[in-house]
Order: sequence, then structure tokens, then C-alpha cells
Amino acid sequence: MLGVVASVINGLLLGAVYGLAAIGLTLIFGVLKIINLTHGAMIALGMFALYFLVSATGVSPYLALPLVLAGGFVLGVAIYWLAVHRVIGRAELMSLLATFAVNMMVVGLGTAVWSTSPYNVQINVPGVSLGRYTISGTSIVAAVLAILFSLALYLFMYYTRPGKAIRAVASNREAAELMGIPSYRVLSIAFGLGIAIAGVAGALIATMYPFTILSGGGYELKSFVATVLGGLGNPAGALLGGLLLGLIQGAVSPFVAVSWTPVIEFSLFVIILIAFPMGLFRVGKGR
Amino acid sequence: MLRRPFFWVMVAIVTAFVAAPLLGGIDTRESFLLAAVYMILALNLNLMIGYTGYVNFGSIVFFGFGGTLGLYAVTVWHWPLWAAAAGAAAAVSLLALLLGLGILRLRGAYFALATIGVVEATKAFVSNFDPFGGSTGMYLSFASYKPLGGAREALWIVYFAMIALLAASLLLSYAIKRSRFGLGLFAIREDEDAAMVLGVNAPLYKAIVYSVSAILPAMAGVLFFFKNGVIEPSQAFDLTLSIEAIVMLMLGGQGTVIGAALGAFLYEQFRGYLLTSSTFSSFHLVIAGALLLLIVLFAPGGLIGWAHQRWPGTRKVLE
Repeated sequence: MLGVVASVINGLLLGAVYGLAAIGLTLIFGVLKIINLTHGAMIALGMFALYFLVSATGVSPYLALPLVLAGGFVLGVAIYWLAVHRVIGRAELMSLLATFAVNMMVVGLGTAVWSTSPYNVQINVPGVSLGRYTISGTSIVAAVLAILFSLALYLFMYYTRPGKAIRAVASNREAAELMGIPSYRVLSIAFGLGIAIAGVAGALIATMYPFTILSGGGYELKSFVATVLGGLGNPAGALLGGLLLGLIQGAVSPFVAVSWTPVIEFSLFVIILIAFPMGLFRVGKGR
Repeated sequence: MLRRPFFWVMVAIVTAFVAAPLLGGIDTRESFLLAAVYMILALNLNLMIGYTGYVNFGSIVFFGFGGTLGLYAVTVWHWPLWAAAAGAAAAVSLLALLLGLGILRLRGAYFALATIGVVEATKAFVSNFDPFGGSTGMYLSFASYKPLGGAREALWIVYFAMIALLAASLLLSYAIKRSRFGLGLFAIREDEDAAMVLGVNAPLYKAIVYSVSAILPAMAGVLFFFKNGVIEPSQAFDLTLSIEAIVMLMLGGQGTVIGAALGAFLYEQFRGYLLTSSTFSSFHLVIAGALLLLIVLFAPGGLIGWAHQRWPGTRKVLE
């Protein structure tokens, strides 16, 4: 019984980080109406950014996170103007392919430069023991930080002018433009934010597990699932979706072989898309 | 049909594929076999993306699941290759029809995401399902090639069977494009709501085309993995190949038959060149990505779209 509790707690902690990654994806979908297929590559870049920051300067990984955030934002804005700007408002296929092309280039370069052997970030945080089981300290810190980052994003979106501009553009771009909001600049900021969040989520994952340049792909799929559980374009839903995903993973793993979890996750993903396209927390039709 | 110039273009393509390995030998045969597989995937994917306007990220699931079922029939039930290919294609397209009735209620980005989910769910299921060999997959014993007269002969037979599938894919694409059904699909692509108002039964049309686009890739999967002698889930359900198929379509020009075929052929040659060249081999993904980005941003019609714009007369010949 204690084992199940420990597994569920571990799942929820990991779920908070999945949720943060999913927020990055869902923010971009909500504002730009595109699915960002660079997401996985950006998660991976966040991992490597943390690794190199820590090994070059020797600072604590947690202090390097703001730098990852800032770097991700700059990179995201650059990608927006290079690859995404021209496909805004065109058919879905175009934005999917444009972002996927960037993904291919980043993963290709990463593979050539860093190979696909695993890296890991050295870090020591005492864990919490629960009878025979231990909840690792890094997971607890990562989950707390993920929640804090989500909270900070919430405050930014609701209490600052740029945040309000992003929400205005998300709900109606033409009306926002008529109110004097430079909508393309806002789109680029939103894209930068989404990438920055993906990068930070990647960095948090890197504090827990070893990673390669290809690891991003798996977490990208998890983000999709979390996003869909919460409803595309709904950041609070994405966080809840991430927690739910972690909960499922934690609750299932003591009873079923680990390799079966993806079957459950992705079947659930397709079923939820069909039955509740707006996510579990809202009602409506997927159009 | 015989009086249409494009029919003879298709005949020329198939003739070239039959003649090439007879003249060029085994290396040419291997390269053209892969090109034919890519062309089959791209042509059938074109039915969804180019004709109907629905982005199917998971077309590889037809190929992989067809291969899995086919190899299972060959190894466990000892079915002849032909029966296994036909049976796998029938099963996969029936499943696609049922699945399509569900996921095709979704539009746009939602549909694209669902197709990714379908690939991952199927891959995860097959990797865990012991009768299909789990994550290590299935192996063919040498005896499986006996009915075809030995391994060496089997390779040639599989090659020509694949060319037959390529010919069928070309014909199917062209026939649908020329038909009333195809017109309905184009109407859905342009404006689904308007098409429904005008009497196109959009949900049924979409489910049918989704299911039809599964048949030939499933057979190609059986032949391809039969020829390889081994099938592994991670290789059979490779999402990257699925997306590469979209790249091929974009390169040649989505919505046209010749564009899908040409794009796939060029992509295979290009990929082979990059992989074998010493300077580019580790950067082949980067170059393919940059190429894709340039096409999407500056030439969304692909090569054929560009040719049609430049020389309007080519529209009649290169359909």
C-alpha cells in the first residue's frame, strides 16, 4: 500500500513538470493557433543549456534556471520571425511543417555536435523517506519550481500590460489590433514565452533524469497528452492535465508493467480528443 | 482514360521502374525499391492531405501495422505472401474505416494531433503484445522464402510486386482525382461546411478516403518487411518516416499525382546522397529541415506547383 502511495506521489511530482511543459505548448496554441512541433527540441535544448551553464560556471542548477528562461525567450522570438511569422493565418499544414522543419534542424545539429549519448547534471538534494521508499529530493524541488513558474506566468498574464495584450490577441486578434496593440509583436512575445517555458521544463527534467538530444521527443508527446487532457489553449487546464497524466502514470505503474503505460496514455489521448475535444474541464466541439 | 496524356506519363514511370534494375543491377534495385515504397506512401498520403485537406501525421501506422499483421500471418499461420498481404490490407483498411468515423469528426489541428496519438498508441500496443514478438518484433525463418523459389528469387519477386503496388497507387490517385468522389473531396478541402450544404456527405467521404488510403501502404508494409525478414515496432511505426512522407509531398507538390510521386523519388535520391556523402552524412537532418522550411515559406506549391505557375500548359500533362 505504501508503495502505491509513494508511486502516486512520484507521479504527481513528475506530473507538475509535465504540466509546465504543456503550458508552453498550449500558450502558443492559444495565442498563435498553431501547434508548435519545435516543442520537443526546445525541451532538449533547455536540458543542454542547463548542463553547459552548470558545468561552465559551477553555479547551482537552480540558479541557472532564470538564464535558461531568458535564453529560451530570445531563441523563441528569433524562431518566430525566421520560421513562423510567414505561416500565420495560412493552412495548418504550413505551420506544422515550418515548426517541424526547425525541429529537424535543431535535433540534427544537436545529434552532430553532442551525439546521442546520455548526459546528466550533477546535483544533490536530500530525499524524503517514506518507510522503505524514498521520494527523491530533486523531484520535489522540480515540482515546486514548476508550480512556481506556472504561478508566475499566471501573474504575468493577468497583472501586466504585455500579459494582458497577449490575452487580448488570443481572444480576438483583429479587435486587439484596432485597440492599438501591435499584434505581430505580441505573437512573437507569446511564442518566445512558450519556448522559454518549454526550455525551463526541460531544464527541470534534466535535474532529475539523464537525457540525450532525442529525449525531447518523448516529453513532447507527454505535453501533447497533457494539453489535450486540459483542452488546447488552456494553460490552467494544461497544468491540471500534466498532474492527471502524472497521477495515471504513478497509479498504474505498481500494477502494470511500465511499458504498458504509453498504451493507456495514448489510447486515453485519442478517446479524449474524440469525446471531449475541448479538454476534460470544458465542454464544446473540436473545430 | 487512354486519351489523357497523364495516363501515358504514368505508364512511362512504371516502365522506368521495371527497366531500371534489369539494366542497372542489384544496387539500382535496392534504391528503386525504397523509392517505390516512399512513392506509395506519399501518393496515398496525398489522398488525405492534398485532396481532402486533412493533415494525417500518422500515415505510417498503415504501413507498420499492415507489415505486423502480414508477417504474423506468414510466420505463425504459414499463409502464402499474397494471402498475407491481401488479408493485412483488408484488416488495416477496415480498422481505418472504423477509426476514421471517430477521429475524422475532428478538424484541423485536433485531427493532426489525434493521428499522432494513433501511431504512438499502436506502436506501444504492438511493442507489448507478445504474439507480435513484443519490442524485439518478429523474424522470418529462411524457409518462408521457399515458396517463392529461394531468397534470391524472392527479392526480385518482391521488387516487381512493389512496382505493381506503385502502379496501383498511381492509378488509384488518378482515378479518384477524375471522379465525382474526388470532386467531393476537393470541395471538403476548400470549405467543408459549404460542401456539406451542397450535399457532399463529408463524414462518410472522409472516412472512406482515410480507409482507402490505408490499403496500398498496408500491402507495401507486408512486402517491405517480408523482404527485410524482420519487423521491429520502433522501425515499423517510425513517426519520422511519417513526417518525411509529408516532406516528400511538399517537395513535389501536394494535391497532384505527379507531384507526390516526383517528390518521393527525389527525396529518396537526395536522402541517399546525403547519407553516403562524407561531408553531409551527420548533417542530413539539418539539410532536409532547411529544405523543408524553404519550401514551406517560399514555394508552398512544391516543384509541380511552381511549374504549373510558370508554364500553365503543363497543367494538362502533369496532373
